[in-house]
Amino acid sequence: MSQIIVEELTKTFRVAERRGGLFGFLRRRWREVHALQRVSFALREGELLGLIGPNGAGKSTTIKILCGILEPTSGRCEVGGLVPWRERIRHVARIGAVFGQRTQLWWDLPVADSFALLRDVYRVAPDDYRRALDELVALLDLERLLSTPVRQLSLGQRMRCEIAASMLHRPRVLFLDEPTIGLDAVAKLAVRDFVRTLNRDRGVTVILTTHDMHDVEALAERVMVIGKGQILADGTLASLRHDVLRERRLRVQFAEEIGDFEIPGTVIRHRSGLSVELSFDPRQTPAHALIADIAARYDVEDVHVDEPPIDEVVARFYARHELEAR
Amino acid sequence: MSGRGSHALTPYVAVVRARFGVLLQYRAAAIAGFVTQCWWGGIKVMVLTAFFAASAGAPMTLPQAIDYVWLGQALFTMLPWSGDPDVARMVRTGDVAYERLRPLDTYAFWYSRAVARRTANPALRALPMLLTAGVLLRVVGWSAYALRAPAGVAASLLFVASIALVIALSAAVSALIDALTVATLSDRGVTVLVSPLVIVLSGSLVPLPLFPDWLQPILRNQPFAGLMDTPFRIYTGNLAAGGAVFALARQAIWVVVLVLLGRVVMARVMSRLQTQGG
Repeated sequence: MSQIIVEELTKTFRVAERRGGLFGFLRRRWREVHALQRVSFALREGELLGLIGPNGAGKSTTIKILCGILEPTSGRCEVGGLVPWRERIRHVARIGAVFGQRTQLWWDLPVADSFALLRDVYRVAPDDYRRALDELVALLDLERLLSTPVRQLSLGQRMRCEIAASMLHRPRVLFLDEPTIGLDAVAKLAVRDFVRTLNRDRGVTVILTTHDMHDVEALAERVMVIGKGQILADGTLASLRHDVLRERRLRVQFAEEIGDFEIPGTVIRHRSGLSVELSFDPRQTPAHALIADIAARYDVEDVHVDEPPIDEVVARFYARHELEAR
Repeated sequence: MSGRGSHALTPYVAVVRARFGVLLQYRAAAIAGFVTQCWWGGIKVMVLTAFFAASAGAPMTLPQAIDYVWLGQALFTMLPWSGDPDVARMVRTGDVAYERLRPLDTYAFWYSRAVARRTANPALRALPMLLTAGVLLRVVGWSAYALRAPAGVAASLLFVASIALVIALSAAVSALIDALTVATLSDRGVTVLVSPLVIVLSGSLVPLPLFPDWLQPILRNQPFAGLMDTPFRIYTGNLAAGGAVFALARQAIWVVVLVLLGRVVMARVMSRLQTQGG
């Protein structure tokens, strides 16, 4: 059975438009912004969904409605049998959420103090709290951070603490809105490892929004692309790749000068010195045949076959749907 | 999770306790505020003394007016003349979303924060001010300008009850300001509107009994009188016991009205919340 059900979800904001001039404020106009238009999807318990799309596409709006923070204009939505905005208090006690660009920790206080307040706010029993905290400290390596005031933490350290803060009451569903934004490589890996552990080992359902496609590649079996308030794709990353950009890339390092160079069924992308990068369609030109062909004609030192980077796939997809940041 | 559910108030008490602890750390601000309040208190006492010397048949005695001023200086930070700066910041940054993620009644949550704010600051500042006005002035020989003891045992007890209602009322006004801050996406407009009202109508600027007679019925029945005027008149004996009980009831009624109003505004605001930053 589905844990999260979203049907025909629509959210329209009314935004005031100021007009210029001395009496501009008298002629205030309202403009409607369609943040979400009839969005439907369902998620099973233990699934991990990556939500991607350009800025202003509706990702955060979706998350905020699912968290009970925003009320939709129309449509149906249930999380674990509860309507988030109607039964907000019961609902939010069972979910966790991290907004990467916000903070829920008290700036001037040690991390542990914020955690203690959250323990009381979520009415977590002392024993349960101890156990949850010990586990989070071990998984996220927080031991030395607990007594540090939040303002002295690096962004990566703070994000680990933010994520821990959202899990102290052991929610079964976790919403992560851009959890890796601005983080360095090491911190990103730590966040990904933790999310993977939660999802695979503990069966926590996760919805993740991100602009970092490596997050999606590393974590999400299922990816949903949102653009202009609508769902444009919903499936695996492989199927998205398959739809958008099937080509492969072959990098060849030659052992000697090759002069004019052309291989049927390929396009030269780069060429510098002795190295060449070709793109080809694996359905028409199988990689092994291509490599054999080149090796037969030239003195080859090394070859490397790759798929186009996921960022390029997604950029192509956005371009195809004429999506750009609003 | 076991052993829970029995304490419905636990989270709110925790919020009050935690906020209180944080606010007690602002000692430098408390000292600066204390100096300012001594200065203003001195000026007010001198102005009132001149005023009383020039007129006869005032509605309160000079010693009552002096007590009124010193109490006002001591409890100045109980006045809800601005909203919670943290709420204003959260509205600006969009962190207000996190407030809605808590399994709490947001109004009660913010009301609790306001209670902490309206008690922690006075806790730091009231005692030095009371000691200065009540003891130091006597020691240096200015007994005439010093704060006196309450008018009697009954007055003392009623004063304590009234101060408890001041906290409840002040927190209700603060929470209402917070809700309006979310509605207007800024704390500026609300503060500009509310702070002069609070400062004048509470009696903080000039004791309310000194306003013209024809204004008295209005002044007495408006909500802000319950923030200062009521307890101070009880303390000084300007309000007799019977009138005092009636005044306490009026404070309590305004607490109920403002809490209900705050809840209505909060519910409306939150149902069409638009957070900054998408």
